[in-house]
Amino acid sequence: MILHAVAATALLALSGIAVAVFPRSILAFLLFQGSLLVVYLARIPNWLRWGLLGVALLVLMPIIGAYNGYYLEVATQVGIFVALALGLNIVVGLAGLLDLGYVAFFAVGAYSWAIFGSPHGNIAFGGAAFPLAPPWFFAFLLIGLTVAAISGVLLGLPVLRLRGDYLAIVTLGFGEVIRVLANNLDKPINLTNGPKGITPISRPPALGLSYGEYFYFLVLLIVVVVVLVNRRLEDSHIGRAWEAVREDEMAAQAMGVPLVHAKLLAFACGASFAGVMGVLFAAKQVFINPESFTFLESIGVLAMVILGGMGSIPGAVLGATVVTVLNLQVLKGFSLWLNELKNAGVTVLGYSLADLPTQLEPAKYERMIFGMILVLMMIFRPQGILPARRRQRELG
Amino acid sequence: MSELLEARGVSKQFGGLTAVNRVDFSLSAGIVSIIGPNGAGKTTLFNVFTGLYAPDEGVVTFRDRPLAGLRPDQITALGICRTFQSIRLFANMTAIENVLVGMHSRVRLGLWDVLTRGPRFRYLEPEHWSQAAKLLDRVGLRASANDVAKNLPYGDQRRLEIARALASEPSLLLLDEPTAGMTQGEARTLMALLRRLVGDLGLAVVLIEHNMRVVMEVSDRVTVLDHGEKIAEGAPREVQADTRVIEAYLGRRRWDHAAG
Repeated sequence: MILHAVAATALLALSGIAVAVFPRSILAFLLFQGSLLVVYLARIPNWLRWGLLGVALLVLMPIIGAYNGYYLEVATQVGIFVALALGLNIVVGLAGLLDLGYVAFFAVGAYSWAIFGSPHGNIAFGGAAFPLAPPWFFAFLLIGLTVAAISGVLLGLPVLRLRGDYLAIVTLGFGEVIRVLANNLDKPINLTNGPKGITPISRPPALGLSYGEYFYFLVLLIVVVVVLVNRRLEDSHIGRAWEAVREDEMAAQAMGVPLVHAKLLAFACGASFAGVMGVLFAAKQVFINPESFTFLESIGVLAMVILGGMGSIPGAVLGATVVTVLNLQVLKGFSLWLNELKNAGVTVLGYSLADLPTQLEPAKYERMIFGMILVLMMIFRPQGILPARRRQRELG
Repeated sequence: MSELLEARGVSKQFGGLTAVNRVDFSLSAGIVSIIGPNGAGKTTLFNVFTGLYAPDEGVVTFRDRPLAGLRPDQITALGICRTFQSIRLFANMTAIENVLVGMHSRVRLGLWDVLTRGPRFRYLEPEHWSQAAKLLDRVGLRASANDVAKNLPYGDQRRLEIARALASEPSLLLLDEPTAGMTQGEARTLMALLRRLVGDLGLAVVLIEHNMRVVMEVSDRVTVLDHGEKIAEGAPREVQADTRVIEAYLGRRRWDHAAG
């Protein structure tokens, strides 16, 4: 135990220093992320675990961000996807409702603030009341949540009787409908400005922080709330009812679980997390267009949930982190490194890297590597990296 | 005294097949067994009682309240709960979680209570857990409370199904072949348990059962179905001696078998 405590603390401190010394090194940053996982898994007292994680995320990460702002951006993106993965985890992991159009709720949240929080609102509704004052952003976090939850229920209603493949296809269609709507609602009323997207979207007052730091902390706060809500739902009669529906719908209903209510609640809860993050995403990006809400995004979030372990909260967090970091850093970093070698005229076994066709850049086949990882996972560890563990209880 | 459960002229058809044909059934207390050869419509009748199927004809009332149009979960909330012929536990949940799901219709907590973990939640949730533990105790599964349901031995799974059904605090329990696959000894233990439950909780039980020794020992009354029709009803001893029942089980003349 003491050994674990010392080792975990030392690793965290070392990797933090490593990032400070080599602010450009991706390896150092990956080491830092890995050390967070080690701290989470180490056999140490809980106060120490959460203390270390708190220090790492609240103090070390912003300092790292000061050395290399891009890392803070990566961390923020990771946070956004963690919230999305946790939302989808409720729908797919707990309630067992395969949703392939999840990003639609993210879009609903994003567009709700984009329209009202930018001058585009004037075109859509007339007048000159828009953009709304920046503090409205916080109200819109709740409005985005509500609107997304309502659209979750709207999606849920027609698909209540569907299961498995059929449900997957309808949700896929729903996701596409939302994207196509966003793409085409520039006529007759210009609500979404079509493929050109909406810009500039207002940002909330920054309270003296840089926007990078500001959004990082805001995302962190929302993620903490989302994790807490997720845990409380999971460990209650509501979460158990969802799992019962996943295990055996008919038996669940025969035991007194109202199916319609349980499923709609799962859709609404899952959607609401995406809605909140959508609002934040719109403000952070300043610009959104339908390109951000494609089918591939839905699949990406689903992959995070599956990779981490269905129905597992730590799994969803880890899955989101791994996939996002892989996409944003590892593959792109590898491409850059390869390019540097090329430009330096390095030869391997008599073959000049400069002759390497550009098609072979790792960043170009990010989806393929991603797919390979998923296939390998399904073969060797189908339950995910951190599978859901049954809670063991002391019974009084 | 009016009946607890009463079915009048219940019919259910699947395509051209009449699974249940104008069956009357009633019980007010005690243990009533429904027996009959395979395909006689016993389970179909259960499915009608619990709202999984809507009857094509006839009326089912529970405490004089018609059940037509109610969903299965609403019927469970009224006080009818069941087990399944093929075990349908929530396989990846622990034994105690299975029982807790059974309590769902009795939980008086809302989304807000769950999210805020207010005093109501902090008082009621441990209450639910200890209630569930007591139910596991009752069926002798306390020691397996934290075991995942699919890892339990077969007999334990059957008993867990009963505990899960009891969790909804039913006044009528429907058991679909609870001793299937059990040895005679295990079946006896289970029936002793059932007797205790009826005594302690004032529970009425409808039992579908193939094990005749069990049926004759434990039942207050027996109803016999064959090809969807009720062919006999009465005390176990009377039914045992009924010629139509013997015919249904053993056949009448050789050409009946050849034709059938």
